[in-house]
Amino acid sequence: MSILDTLGRLAQTSGFYMLLDDWRQIVMILLACLLLYLGLVKKFEPLLLIGIAFGMLLTNLPGSHMYHPELWDSYIAGEITLTHIIHEGGLLDILYIGVKSGLYPSLIFMGVGAMTDFGPLLANPKSLLLGAAAQLGIFAAFLMAIGIFGFKANVAASIGIIGGADGPTAIWLTSKLAPDYLAPIAIAAYSYMALIPLIQPPVMRLITTKEEREIKMEQLRPVSKKQKILFPIIVTIFVCLLLPSVAPLLGCLMLGNLFKECGLTDRLSDTAQNALMNIVTIFLSTSVGATAVYYRFLTPQTLFIIVLGLTAFEFATVGGLLLGKLMCKLSGGKINPLIGSAGVSAVPMAARVSQLEGARANPSNFLLMHAMGPNVAGVIGSAVAAGFLLAVFGG
Amino acid sequence: MTFLDACLYSVTGLLVVFFALVLLMCIIKIMTAVGDFAESRKKAVPTAVGGIPAPETKGESFVIQQTGPWAPGAAGEVKLYDTDPRTAAMLMAIVADELKAPLNELRFLSIRESKED
Repeated sequence: MSILDTLGRLAQTSGFYMLLDDWRQIVMILLACLLLYLGLVKKFEPLLLIGIAFGMLLTNLPGSHMYHPELWDSYIAGEITLTHIIHEGGLLDILYIGVKSGLYPSLIFMGVGAMTDFGPLLANPKSLLLGAAAQLGIFAAFLMAIGIFGFKANVAASIGIIGGADGPTAIWLTSKLAPDYLAPIAIAAYSYMALIPLIQPPVMRLITTKEEREIKMEQLRPVSKKQKILFPIIVTIFVCLLLPSVAPLLGCLMLGNLFKECGLTDRLSDTAQNALMNIVTIFLSTSVGATAVYYRFLTPQTLFIIVLGLTAFEFATVGGLLLGKLMCKLSGGKINPLIGSAGVSAVPMAARVSQLEGARANPSNFLLMHAMGPNVAGVIGSAVAAGFLLAVFGG
Repeated sequence: MTFLDACLYSVTGLLVVFFALVLLMCIIKIMTAVGDFAESRKKAVPTAVGGIPAPETKGESFVIQQTGPWAPGAAGEVKLYDTDPRTAAMLMAIVADELKAPLNELRFLSIRESKED
């Protein structure tokens, strides 16, 4: 064999040569670089977006063989087992097992629980209603996905959950209902969460009057330690009995919160909210990004999902605000309707937006703690909605 | 799935979410009410803390009855009028801090709430 032959074969097996097979691979590499730019420079949810973008980059580099969607298709069809995937698959296939089993989103929820203070919610339980109203976005997007874009019910449910503004919940539900759409849905969910300060304020100003935005709310009552400890236990029992399908997510959220509140497991709480959360975030983000294989991602459906995701966020904001206005009227002007928009999970970004808009209308207005109630209620609400959708469309 | 079916699922889903969260709201309210009731009973029946006997209510004042040995550095009794022991402890700590003197070097005879007519 001559040197030229060797060089020729080497060139043919190189990624550069294989790139020419399909122009869409180049588009995906550029798209991954764009997402990396958004995460690194514009700081759009960098903790997740950088991992997702890098996973997307790795999976679309020809010849890398790090993720094999066809293996997962065979697994879903029941033709092969996980053992087969471990033997035949690449690194990202193995990491993806945690997504497919629902492990990563649940562990992330444990960390979220360990970082969440349910005190504002316990101090003002009516916040839960706002958290429920903001789930309107999920069902509005679900309806539009079926009625306008003609998606199948399971895919429409996964698209709708973007409106819950909760990344782990969206990934958890989509990995079970529509794994082929995991990448666009996760990217849409995290991108819009990062864009909440741009998405919500125009809707907030459109729906509320200046007088309503200026309303100052009374200070929240103090909440006892005992109540904070009992809350995660009671929520787990009642909600998981009501909707058993939501148990992995909600159970982990509440376990993490119990670690934080009981005061006896500081080490576990610290691990859940730091080390464990960081490790799982790395695995989750890269493996979700890896599902963005060019021939599945570059489709008109991805664009539809991006559009529907934005609609879901807008409807979620509207739902929370409308109920906030109603509660404002019923309470004789004691509730500032702006806190309703915080019902779209996205903790604590949405609550911060409520605070900023309230302070813009009345500089002496401090809505942050009031908005944290609906904000954490939104986390529970979106988990319940996901549990409902899984119970109905999960097969 | 038809659009009508999707509408029905959406309404049902939203109702389920509301039901679950309203249920939670009721549970929190009950939990709070029980907690407040227990707290009010606790306040009504004073209990011993840290080995010091619980103060007895005599009309509008608390009197600490010392039965055991004094704590090291203690300086006798303090009479409390319309002031609960917790507030009294905070007031004594504030006075000590303001005077820049150790609390065990100060002698408090009584603490009375001043009322405006």
